Amino acid sequence: MNILWFQSGGCSGCTLSFLGLEEMDLIEWSRSMQLNWLWHPSLTEHSGSETQAMLDAVLKDEIKLDIFCLEGSVIMGPNGSGRFHMLAGTETPAKELIERLSEKADYVLAIGTCAAFGGITASPPNTVEATGLQYDQNFAGSLLPANFKSRAGLPVINISGCPVHPGWVAETIGLIRFQKLKTEHLDPYNRPRFYADKLVHHGCSRNEYYEYKASAVKPSDLGCMMEHMGCVGTVAHADCNERPWNGNGSCTKGGYPCVDCTSPDFGHLNHSYQETPKIGNIPVGLPSDMPKAWFIALSTLAKSATPKRLKVNATAERIEISPEIKRKKL
Amino acid sequence: MSRILVGPFNRVEGDLEVQLEIEAQKVTSARVNSTLFRGFESMLQGRPPSDALVYAPRICGICSVSQSVAAAQALSQIYGITPPENGQRAINLMLANENAADLLTHFYLFFMPDFARGIYKDRPWFAESQKRFKAMQGLSSARAIEARSHWLKMMGTLAGHWPHTLAIQPGGCSRSLNDAEVMQMLLYAQKLRHFLETVLLHDRLENFLSLENETDLQSWQQQHADSDLGLFLSIAADLALHELGKSDALLMSYGSFPESDGQRLIPSGVYRNGEFQLLNPSHIQEDISHANYQGDLHSSPWHQAQTPHLDNPDAYSWCKAPRLKGEVAETGSLARQVMAKQPLILNLMQRYGSCVYSRILARTLELVKLTVQVESWLQQGFSETGHFFTEPGDIVHQRGVGLIEAARGSLGHWLEVKNNRIYSYQIIAPTTWNFSPRDQQNTPGALEKALENTPLYDGETDPVNVQHIVRSFDPCMVCTVH
Repeated sequence: MNILWFQSGGCSGCTLSFLGLEEMDLIEWSRSMQLNWLWHPSLTEHSGSETQAMLDAVLKDEIKLDIFCLEGSVIMGPNGSGRFHMLAGTETPAKELIERLSEKADYVLAIGTCAAFGGITASPPNTVEATGLQYDQNFAGSLLPANFKSRAGLPVINISGCPVHPGWVAETIGLIRFQKLKTEHLDPYNRPRFYADKLVHHGCSRNEYYEYKASAVKPSDLGCMMEHMGCVGTVAHADCNERPWNGNGSCTKGGYPCVDCTSPDFGHLNHSYQETPKIGNIPVGLPSDMPKAWFIALSTLAKSATPKRLKVNATAERIEISPEIKRKKL
Repeated sequence: MSRILVGPFNRVEGDLEVQLEIEAQKVTSARVNSTLFRGFESMLQGRPPSDALVYAPRICGICSVSQSVAAAQALSQIYGITPPENGQRAINLMLANENAADLLTHFYLFFMPDFARGIYKDRPWFAESQKRFKAMQGLSSARAIEARSHWLKMMGTLAGHWPHTLAIQPGGCSRSLNDAEVMQMLLYAQKLRHFLETVLLHDRLENFLSLENETDLQSWQQQHADSDLGLFLSIAADLALHELGKSDALLMSYGSFPESDGQRLIPSGVYRNGEFQLLNPSHIQEDISHANYQGDLHSSPWHQAQTPHLDNPDAYSWCKAPRLKGEVAETGSLARQVMAKQPLILNLMQRYGSCVYSRILARTLELVKLTVQVESWLQQGFSETGHFFTEPGDIVHQRGVGLIEAARGSLGHWLEVKNNRIYSYQIIAPTTWNFSPRDQQNTPGALEKALENTPLYDGETDPVNVQHIVRSFDPCMVCTVH
């Protein structure tokens, strides 16, 4: 399969994350997936005129394009001209090339939240008029229309995340290679369901603190970060605490809140990312699928039943009270 | 005279275009253009100060932790706090991890593949170089990618993940670490040591670090000619890389890795015409005479804005031109190791100045040094009773500056707050220095100057020597413009 990876309004972080694939080094993985890299901004050999000739050949259908990946937002500005990002060595705005390549590809992948929805690059005031490839935040239809389908009949596959997890990319491409990826495997924002049907809350190592509403108040505390520190793991769609990052990490394990980086709204928060907005003492925002009255009732009950161990450890840097050792009746 | 436009470049992190004027098979003048603008500084205006920790790392996916460290340092000054010893050590470990990962990536994936290009097919070292370094095929490249993934597992423990962590805070680190976790991280460090000793050097790291001058290096090369660095040294001698890409800019380092005694492992300073001088950060100014912005043509970062302007006839880049008291500066591993008076690198600098050869050697040496340093920090571990984090109180100062060293050089954040909101945020990245356009005096930036007099081969459209010189600076274009 011929694959072409292009970067526009982003930071290269998704490439650098992907390069950290742990199951197999990327060179061996590419071989086992039978991928032929036509171009990758960090990995392939040729530059300049050779690259331009390759792009021309793809656009003239002389080279087949099986997978087109875009990393980074599409830069539309100023005034729709795309001049804030010109393809180096040419007089072509990057957005024109992105649009034409998308039309040639069997599968189009938006790698990361910028490419999928606009992301941080589209954060207000959005001077550069950044958008995602087929979505502008949560609205379908941006550079590519809402009804766009690639040659294989799928919309742009939005592998959102800031950064993307290497496994999300590798497994999506694996599914494509074995022709197992169908429209029904994508969620309403066209994210692969295999990771987007999970919540960051699933498998969070702080779940016991969550259950008893034993909350952290500052970074480095061990407690649940939902009540005070802005954590939105209970509504964020991703498998970050089931599928570890860089060995055995995740945001919540790292002691800081989930900021819902896979969401179409990432980069558009109107309050601090590291504080939970509240009305009175009550945090605004509920876990997914939870009726408000029940959440308040259960939280109140849980708070009144918090074991001392959790209450103390929640605001400590290290475990201060160990769990009781219980023996079963023999 | 002819003129050629080279681009798009790959293996440079981000978008780069170089315009060359050529006469008699030599570059007579070069203009460097960063072709992507995003506008991070305006995004930060008006946001809560702590949001800088969410935005800054996302300026760059390869210098992500470096951006976080600079932002956290600027914020810590606003709050008038410093991280506790454990927290600072955790931050040093994260920064050293990222820097070493970058240096490794640069050597194997960005720089060396150019020596496996067809143009060199008649050189005696070509078959070996192609076998080891060919882009997306090389045996050593594949092993380096694997070594990098293992090394970055340390970030999973320290930072939750890499890139784009929120673990680095003005008050220290959001994650406390116990001795068992330190033992686990020590294995990741030893795994990188194993790679460097068996693939890069074919020697103990300590032996390589004990080389004091080029004579030592040459005899080392003869004994370790089969190693990847040995091969690079053969290539460098054959292609005379010590004559390629000379820059006469002063060398600058902001200093890095503060330790508990208040000293920094890498000192700050300036190296100018063979002399060591103190760095005065208030001498840093930015010139926008040849950049696509409007505002004062020349001012300090405190008075800079990021207002794009596409109708300036003199402008050819989105990169501003930072200057130190009006002078061009080069930053990176070479500047840091010269400032640290590392014997071998200082010797190479005195003999050849800043060139492709000395820049690459400085990076390799720094990669080795960082690996040993990380092991040493981990062996010392953390204080069992000490804290990792100090809680910030109210804002006590309106201005904070974060001056740190990313893998590719000096990174500065200038932050001003008013009414608990970010009033202004200015960033000068390493490659903004190295790849700056001309200034009002029409003085070219460090790369532009280094490209002058570059010899070209017959009929080249994308001159390979230009590629070597560009990549020898390990450019990061996404940081450069932001």
